[in-house]
Amino acid sequence: MSTVKLTVNGKAVSVDVEDRTLLVHLLRENLNLTGTHVGCDTSQCGACVVHVDGRAVKSCTMLAGQAAGSNVTTIEGLAKGDELHPMQAAFRDNHGLQCGYCTPGMIMSAVDIVHRHGGKLDEETVRHELEGNICRCTGYHNIVKAVLDAAGRMKVAQAAE
Amino acid sequence: MYETNYHRASSVADAAATFAKGAESKFLAGGQTLLPVMKQRLAAPSDVIDLSKVQEMIGIEVSGDTVTIKAATPHYDVAQSDAVKKAIPALANLASGIGDPAVRYRGTIGGSLANNDPAADYPAAVLALGAVVKTNKRSIAAEDFFKGLFSTALEDGEIITAVSFPVPAKAGYAKFPNPASRFALTGVFVAKTKSGDVRVAATGASQSGVMRVAPIEQALKANWAASALDSVTIPASGLLADIHGSADYRANLVKVMGQRAVTAAG
Repeated sequence: MSTVKLTVNGKAVSVDVEDRTLLVHLLRENLNLTGTHVGCDTSQCGACVVHVDGRAVKSCTMLAGQAAGSNVTTIEGLAKGDELHPMQAAFRDNHGLQCGYCTPGMIMSAVDIVHRHGGKLDEETVRHELEGNICRCTGYHNIVKAVLDAAGRMKVAQAAE
Repeated sequence: MYETNYHRASSVADAAATFAKGAESKFLAGGQTLLPVMKQRLAAPSDVIDLSKVQEMIGIEVSGDTVTIKAATPHYDVAQSDAVKKAIPALANLASGIGDPAVRYRGTIGGSLANNDPAADYPAAVLALGAVVKTNKRSIAAEDFFKGLFSTALEDGEIITAVSFPVPAKAGYAKFPNPASRFALTGVFVAKTKSGDVRVAATGASQSGVMRVAPIEQALKANWAASALDSVTIPASGLLADIHGSADYRANLVKVMGQRAVTAAG
């Protein structure tokens, strides 16, 4: 057992976990942040993507101990109170989710994609960049539409700040 | 995953000392291969020693005709580095195509080389460019480093600290990715050194891991052009055959990826 101290969605937390605990299990089972999903056992599906120190990574492929001292943002940390993050709003408006299982990972990856590419996003880039996130409903068409829509909204939001 | 003890190393020396104390220690770099393997219970190290926060192992240096990438530098940082893009664009391009974006944020060059997956990308660049693998004990030439599938010249407890690449006159990389894993079904790295030598390495193709491709090297020495490979035949003997592709298919891929790599190199 080790004590892992980290910041999750802006709050400092300290959790006692076995050393073999994956970050995703610390989030889900110790902090009850069940928005982050586990969709596979092979590190391929991307349902578990969260931001660690600003980078979108698979929380199922990182030990909790590796995140000690880091700043973690999960899907629960994106909205500002009742106001959805522009990416969440765009997913809702564009029917970017069907069963919803992959959605948290899709959104966390998509926010990272927009941060990296800014206003230079096009459909081909979004499709290529989402290759680490699998949608079993195969609802990619509206997911891509949502990301492109959100990229515009995030640019506007950034300009307003 | 079986139980294990996690240690975060503060320096290369600390990592080596902690490794020696464990019954069956393993170094953990980006963890993008080791952790999935541990989750499947195919590996059960007593201790994992995390190298990813060792500051002396992170960063990129370009001096004169050498690009040095420290071992714990993630693929994303190599792909984004203006210095690498300028000195060896093919290397930045290779890094930008490893796995997926989340993998590239965590995976490292040192971890990739120490694992020596027969379908990994970096071994092709290291062998084709004639890089030097630096460890906490010695420097190992690319020719002497790779020893077959998942096998290297590294001794137990030896840590890759950096990789030095000589800047070539021209270089290019092309891979045909497995659509599910993004590992190379076959990838070919071509390089023309500043002294005019041509070195070509293929990954994902051979049963013995990364390999030099003599027929392509000879053809490109005579004429550095994709069309120079039109009449080249790659022997299928010793090549991998699995549900993704037969040995004959891979032999043809070596040639086709070689042509695309030369086109990319310009």
